[in-house]
Amino acid sequence: MKTTQILIAGFGGQGILFAGKFLAYKGLLEDLQVSWLPSYGPEMRGGTANCSVILSETPVGSPIITDPDVLIVMNLPSLQKYVDAVVPGGQIYVDSTLIHEKVERTDVDVFYIPATQMASDAGVSTLANMVLMGHVLKNNPQLTFDGTETTVQKLVPPTKQQLVDLNMKALQAGRDYQP
Amino acid sequence: MAERVLMKGNEAIAEAAIRAGCRHYFGYPITPQTEIAAYMAKRMPKIGGVFLQAESEIASINMVYGAAAAGMRVMTSSSSPGISLKSEGLSYIAGSDVPAFVVNVQRGGPGLGGIQPSQSDYFQATKGGGHGDYRMIVLAPASVQEMASLTVKGFNLADKYRMTAMILADGTIGQMMEPISFEDVEVETYDKPWALTGTGMKREHNIVNSLYLKPDELERTNFQRYEKYRTVEESEALWEEYLMEDAEICVTAFGIAARVAKNAVAAARAEGIKAGLIRPITLWPFPKAALRRAADQVKAFVSVELNMGQMIEDIRLATECRRPVSLCNRTGGMIPSPDQVLSSIQAAAGCRDGRLSEGQMTSPAQKGGN
Repeated sequence: MKTTQILIAGFGGQGILFAGKFLAYKGLLEDLQVSWLPSYGPEMRGGTANCSVILSETPVGSPIITDPDVLIVMNLPSLQKYVDAVVPGGQIYVDSTLIHEKVERTDVDVFYIPATQMASDAGVSTLANMVLMGHVLKNNPQLTFDGTETTVQKLVPPTKQQLVDLNMKALQAGRDYQP
Repeated sequence: MAERVLMKGNEAIAEAAIRAGCRHYFGYPITPQTEIAAYMAKRMPKIGGVFLQAESEIASINMVYGAAAAGMRVMTSSSSPGISLKSEGLSYIAGSDVPAFVVNVQRGGPGLGGIQPSQSDYFQATKGGGHGDYRMIVLAPASVQEMASLTVKGFNLADKYRMTAMILADGTIGQMMEPISFEDVEVETYDKPWALTGTGMKREHNIVNSLYLKPDELERTNFQRYEKYRTVEESEALWEEYLMEDAEICVTAFGIAARVAKNAVAAARAEGIKAGLIRPITLWPFPKAALRRAADQVKAFVSVELNMGQMIEDIRLATECRRPVSLCNRTGGMIPSPDQVLSSIQAAAGCRDGRLSEGQMTSPAQKGGN
């Protein structure tokens, strides 16, 4: 890996920023250079939210992503807004419970995961974001599922460690999903 | 090596301030810097410090004035419109020669403007937003690590020179998270015999005041203060140079703009254009010597700014207009893409005209209401 630019987008409240923080922390624990940049406008309360994460072996220049290598979307407006920005050969991960449109581009790899439905079925209905993360880690050649549990333990406050198991459940469901 | 943790720029400022010995925070919330106040609200009560959300920006800066006069390490933070409100107090603090530490995490202006990142308070910070002849030390971090290190430096310099040190950051650096370690915190302490700490019946009263009704007295204090400012200018300028050794085009940028510019300079090098970057870390004192030296070497300057062109004036002054200086800018919360900066570098190098093409105007992550 040289540099991987990841853009995550959806509605405020879907855990977009948390998912980004998870990836950034995972990179940090793998001794990579990382940056995490959220949208911070009023749109965070119910509008569109997005989060830019850069993982790199070299120091991160601009933390702003214009051409993502990986796009992860949890609502239709976000897919429409960013689909053309993904670099050719990049990846797009779509929560297909919430987005019924298909990506027309043929120069990118697209993964459709019914993440919201899967999270609900697994009894972790608020963790569709982590279901998606599990699938991203499994399928992106630059990333790996290894070290996921350590990352989640770091990320979850010491007083709420019961959430580690729930997050792992969602991440594993995403990892194991076969279309 | 100290453990690296992931932190927002705003939180890094707050944690660094506490490590620098700040135990008094007075503020009033405003996006995009409220994490500083939130962090202080959580931490200060646990370490015997004071966190106070005042009724307004004006009240909070005057509380800073009071605590500073009492010799405390004290700070406030705000964003652009809030700093305008605090400017009267900043002038009083300057006129009274007390040390204060102030953070401006800039947003778009003028007026209420917007809440997205901006650098349009450069003039306000470096030329004095309040009335009267005065200066502030202005520090411009470009990373979360620098948000912390320049905070510690700011407290040290404020005490050393009995003046205000201001962090001039922007919404991006404030909101973004990067790994940071706190191993390098070097806290300097200074005696403050002038502070209002009670005489204990053992000495004369100290007086902290900015009112001098006799013109000759006021003139004398101003001349003395400018002696001090000259020392600061001679000894405290900081900057970073990137690929400047053989550069023919010198890009100048501070804060978040410098990070975009760095990408663009690397891209220009890949095309065979000898570009370099000078990143002022102190905006006042401005690193004039570095710019003057660069003017002997390069063909042209490109100033990258998130405003309508403010620092560009200091570049022209420092270089005495010996080389052309062009502006590459976005404003209102927009941030240039590395491609836009690259176009400006190409234009300065004579490769092509530097106007924006349609695709460069808006970077994807900035489309819509974001």
